[in-house]
Amino acid sequence: MKNLLILGAGTAGTIMASHLRKKLPKSDWTITLVDRATHHDYQPGYLFMPFGIYSADDVRRPMKRTVPRGIGYREADVDRIDTETNRVLLPDGTEMPYDILIIATGVHPAPDQVEGMVNGDWRKNVHEFYTFEGAQALTERMKSWQGGKLVVHICEMPIKCPVAPLEFCFLADAWLQKQGLRDKTEITYVTPMSGAFTKPVASGILSKQLDEKRISVVHDFAIARVDADKSAIVSWDEKEVPYDLLVTVPPNMGAEMIDRSGLGDELNFVPTDKHTLQSKAHANIFVIGDATDCPTSKAGSVAHFEAEVLTENILHFIAGEPLRSRFDGHANCFIESGHGKAFLLDFNYDQEPVTGTFPFPGVGPMKLLGESRLNHLGKMAFKWIYWNVLLPGLPIPFIGHQMSLRGKKLPPKEMKAAA
Amino acid sequence: MPTKTLAGTPVDTDDEGYLVNHSQWNKDVAAALAAEEGITLTDGHWKVLDFIDADFKEKGVVPGMRRMNKIGNIPTKDLYALFPDGPIKKAAKISGYPKPVSCV
Repeated sequence: MKNLLILGAGTAGTIMASHLRKKLPKSDWTITLVDRATHHDYQPGYLFMPFGIYSADDVRRPMKRTVPRGIGYREADVDRIDTETNRVLLPDGTEMPYDILIIATGVHPAPDQVEGMVNGDWRKNVHEFYTFEGAQALTERMKSWQGGKLVVHICEMPIKCPVAPLEFCFLADAWLQKQGLRDKTEITYVTPMSGAFTKPVASGILSKQLDEKRISVVHDFAIARVDADKSAIVSWDEKEVPYDLLVTVPPNMGAEMIDRSGLGDELNFVPTDKHTLQSKAHANIFVIGDATDCPTSKAGSVAHFEAEVLTENILHFIAGEPLRSRFDGHANCFIESGHGKAFLLDFNYDQEPVTGTFPFPGVGPMKLLGESRLNHLGKMAFKWIYWNVLLPGLPIPFIGHQMSLRGKKLPPKEMKAAA
Repeated sequence: MPTKTLAGTPVDTDDEGYLVNHSQWNKDVAAALAAEEGITLTDGHWKVLDFIDADFKEKGVVPGMRRMNKIGNIPTKDLYALFPDGPIKKAAKISGYPKPVSCV
């Protein structure tokens, strides 16, 4: 009997368990998921909680409902991975041997990495919405909002779901209008990047959204500290942005266990072959989802597409074959723009987001990089798809792991390159 | 795609002046790119540019602030002193690499 261990029962780990249980005979392979969580969260739903669109019940299910059949579940923290002996060590001394290990431990916000962030104002006037607790606390804070300076802020890249902070601005704009508080609220978006948008085509189309919604942008802002006494964030070159409510995205770090195991980079991301998803250091360790250092978005859609590639490559690995399946960095993301509308993005390592129709060329029904009500309905429907199609590892019709150029309007020079 | 001559070398750039072909880069081109940003290159600048060059060749991306600090041993304060207003994007430009980008 052989052991396949999956560390992390989030989106990536659960989908992998579903796929592999269908492919690996139970008589040969035991598959076990290890995670400290008692619940599985639909993480894209956190964004909607502060605006009363989703409740806590919409985003959270007990783990026993989401762990696939035929998979063992061990609710535990991991102390470290011993790659010499191929064992995962738990804090209580338990040793879990593996023949193949999949690391799917994701990333988490690390507010303690920024001076002053977890002092005085934390969870009072300084919030984040990338955890269940954070989204709940912010939901409560929004209920007492009377107007003032709302600052939406990214500490450093890369972050999980890079468009979520912009979506937060757009949804806040719409929500504040409904509350009659928009004219009493200044919304400022603060980013360490050179602007709110950095890709040429998307920037050209989306930048006007910021003007139309009266959202001002502070760019190239690298945060040095939060000054809770002054209620301001301060950059390394001593620029200050004052806030009444700061909604920040703290630095995103991989699991500390990765660091303790000597497997990570400066952010505890695991160096990973961006096409095969094999770890660069160990042939029998694979990495998926946010835990990798692959240069694509940290997003559920990426984990979903990666899972198809990784399943094939693990079967190749077991058969002693070359890892033939290749991930292209495909990501597919909705951008909620408020008032029941959304944009849709589809891109990969090489292709920036462009306009067009999706998934059918010329037909759609969804519009790439265009605002539509149907895109929004697609995002809303996705919660059901997540629980009922994605996690059980069922295929989503017409959308493959390899990004398709069909239906995309490419700028002239890229048309030539693609031809 | 704009083409211009820097330090006697013809180079191709994107619309924001970042080189699109790193093989057209050399130290004189770097000095000319720096001059466009109002920067005169010193040993302190070269420590940053050399780290970006080595790291890009290994990782395929321009290193972020934390990587500059932890792996390159270059404090953020120094980066702001050397390349005011937007150290990563300016250092990336002068070292002949693309501007760091997000997904949109």
